[in-house]
Amino acid sequence: MTRNTLLIALTLIAWNLLFFIAGWWQPLWWLGLGVGFALFIWLADEAGKTAPLRYQRTYEVGLAVAFPVLLLLAWELIARNEILNPRWFPPPTRIAAALWDLTIHYDTFNKTSMFGRPWLFPQTLAAEGWPAAWSLFTESHVLTTLWRVFAGFIIGVIPGIFVGMIMGMNRTVRTMLDGVMSAIYVLPKIAIFPIMMLVFANPFGEGPKIAVVAISAFFLVAINTMAGVRDIDPVYIQAGRNYGANRLQLFRHVILPGALPVIFAGLRLALGTALIVIVAIEFVRARKGVGFVTFYYWEVLVTEKMYAGLFVVMALGVLLTFSLQWLERRIMPWR
Amino acid sequence: MDAKITARQVYKRYPSVDGGEITALEDFSLDVADGEFVCIVGPSGCGKSTFLRILAGLDTASAGSVTITPGADPRKPLNNVVFQEYAIFPWKTVLDNVAFGLEMRGVGKAEREATAREWIERVGLTKFAGYYPHQISGGMKQRVSIARALANDPEVLLMDEPLGALDAQTRKVLQQEFMRIWEETRKTVVYITHSIDEAVLLGDRVILMTAHPGRTKAVFAVDIPRPRSVESTALPAFSDLTYRIWQELEGEVVRAMGEEGQIKIEE
Repeated sequence: MTRNTLLIALTLIAWNLLFFIAGWWQPLWWLGLGVGFALFIWLADEAGKTAPLRYQRTYEVGLAVAFPVLLLLAWELIARNEILNPRWFPPPTRIAAALWDLTIHYDTFNKTSMFGRPWLFPQTLAAEGWPAAWSLFTESHVLTTLWRVFAGFIIGVIPGIFVGMIMGMNRTVRTMLDGVMSAIYVLPKIAIFPIMMLVFANPFGEGPKIAVVAISAFFLVAINTMAGVRDIDPVYIQAGRNYGANRLQLFRHVILPGALPVIFAGLRLALGTALIVIVAIEFVRARKGVGFVTFYYWEVLVTEKMYAGLFVVMALGVLLTFSLQWLERRIMPWR
Repeated sequence: MDAKITARQVYKRYPSVDGGEITALEDFSLDVADGEFVCIVGPSGCGKSTFLRILAGLDTASAGSVTITPGADPRKPLNNVVFQEYAIFPWKTVLDNVAFGLEMRGVGKAEREATAREWIERVGLTKFAGYYPHQISGGMKQRVSIARALANDPEVLLMDEPLGALDAQTRKVLQQEFMRIWEETRKTVVYITHSIDEAVLLGDRVILMTAHPGRTKAVFAVDIPRPRSVESTALPAFSDLTYRIWQELEGEVVRAMGEEGQIKIEE
C-alpha cells in the first residue's frame, strides 16, 4: 500500500465521520454519497494500479463484489434515514427478510411457493411417493419460470439454427425470407401473445407463453446464425473443398464451427430476451412464475416482496448467462 | 519426363463494372514436368493467382484446358493448395488441421494422426500439436498449412504466395526449411510469388507474366545447382539471373502501375 492510497482511504473515512457527527446525512445525503463514491473509485483505482501482478485477479473479483455491496449499503442508508420513502423503496435488509419469508412460506390460496420448498422433498418422497414430491416442483415460481424459459428456448433455438444455416448457405431462401424476418424481428414479441392465445386450445395454459418465448428466440438465433454463416472467410470454404470435403463434411468441419461464435452471440441475446419476455407475460397473464409474484405484490402494495421478486429475476438472469458461458467454453475450446 | 500439368491456351475473363470484360488471363500455356518446381512471377493483377485457382479447381477457365495427370495411385489427390492467408482452421488443433485432408478422404484416425504427427515433426512443430492456431505465430501457421498439404500427399503442390504475409526474417527461415523438405519429397510444385529472389532460389524454371491481360512474357531456366540454400544467393549466377528477370519485369510493373493510376483517374 502506497502513501497515496493510505491518504485517500483516510480522507474517505474522515468524510463519512464528518457527515455522521455533524448530522449532515439527512439534508446533504447527495453530497455525502456523491463525494464518498468518487473517493471510493479513486481509492480502488489507486489500489488496482499499485497492486502486485499476482493480486490483480483478486482485486478484480473483490471490486466486482464490493461495488454492488456498496450500492446496497447506500440504498440501505438512504431508506433507513427516510430520505426516500421506505414504503416504496424498502431497505435491502427488509427485502432480504421478505425473500426469506417467500422462501419458507407456502401460499395456500395460490398453492405456490417461491422455490418449491426443497427441504420437504426427501420426507415427502418417502411418505407420499413421487406424485406428491413432484408437486413440490410444480408449486415453485422459480422452477415454473425457468421451465418456460428453457422449453421456449429449446423449441425456438433448434429450428432457428436450422433456418439460419439454410438462409446463410442458400441465396434463394435468404432473399425470400430476409424481408419477412427483418419485419418480424423488430416486432415486440409480447405483442404477439394475444395471437398465441387465440392459436392454442387453452389460452391460459402453458402453450401460448412457451410459444412466445420460442418465437422470440427463433428470430434472434436465425438472424445471427445466418450472419455467422455469411461471415465465414471464403478461404476456409475453398480450403475445405480443395482438401476433398464433400457437402456434408464441409458443413460439419467448416461451416458449423465457423459460424459457432456468432451463433453463440445469438444464443446469449435469445436467452436474455426469453427471460424478459416471460416475465412480461407473467405480469399480464399467469397464476405462477416469478413475474407473477412480482406483479402480484405490486398490486397489493407489499413492495419488499415485489423487490424480492425482482432480485430473483436478476439472479436467474445471472445464472442463465453463466451457464451459457460455461457451455460456450466447452463447445468452443479454440476461442 | 512426362508432363504432370498441361495448360493449353487458358483464358479467363470477368465481367467488369461498366458492362465490358476484363481479361485476367490470355492465351496462357504451361507444361510442368513431374517433379519440377515452377515459379510464376509477375506484377500484381497479372492473373498468376487466377491461374493457380483454375489449376486448383477453385475457379473455372473461360476457354482452354488445364489437366493434372493422375499418378499410379488413384486415391491420391491431384492437387492441394497452400494459401497465402494460411487458411488453416481456427477451430481445429494443429494436429487436426494437418490431418484434415486425410480425414476427408476417410483415412482411419490412428493412421491419419500418425501421418500428421510425422509431418508436424518435419516442420518442427512437435511441441505444438495440441495448440489451436490463435496460440501460434504467423510463421508457425504457415508451417501448419504446408504440413497439411504435404500430409495429404497430392500429385501437385500449388502454393499461392505462401510466404507473402510473413516478415523478411521468418520468410528466409521458411524458404530454407521448405527447400529442405522439397529436396526430400521432390514434389511437382507450382509456386506463385512476388519476389524474384524467392523464385530464383526455389525454382527450376521461372515464368514471368505480363499484366492486363496476363500472359507469358518470358521463361527462365534456373541452372543453380541443387541442393540450394540461402548461400546460393551469393553465387554470381543467382544475381545475374535475378537482374535479368528484373530488367524484363520492371517495364511491366511500371506499366501496371500506370494503368492502375489511369483507372483511378477515370473513375
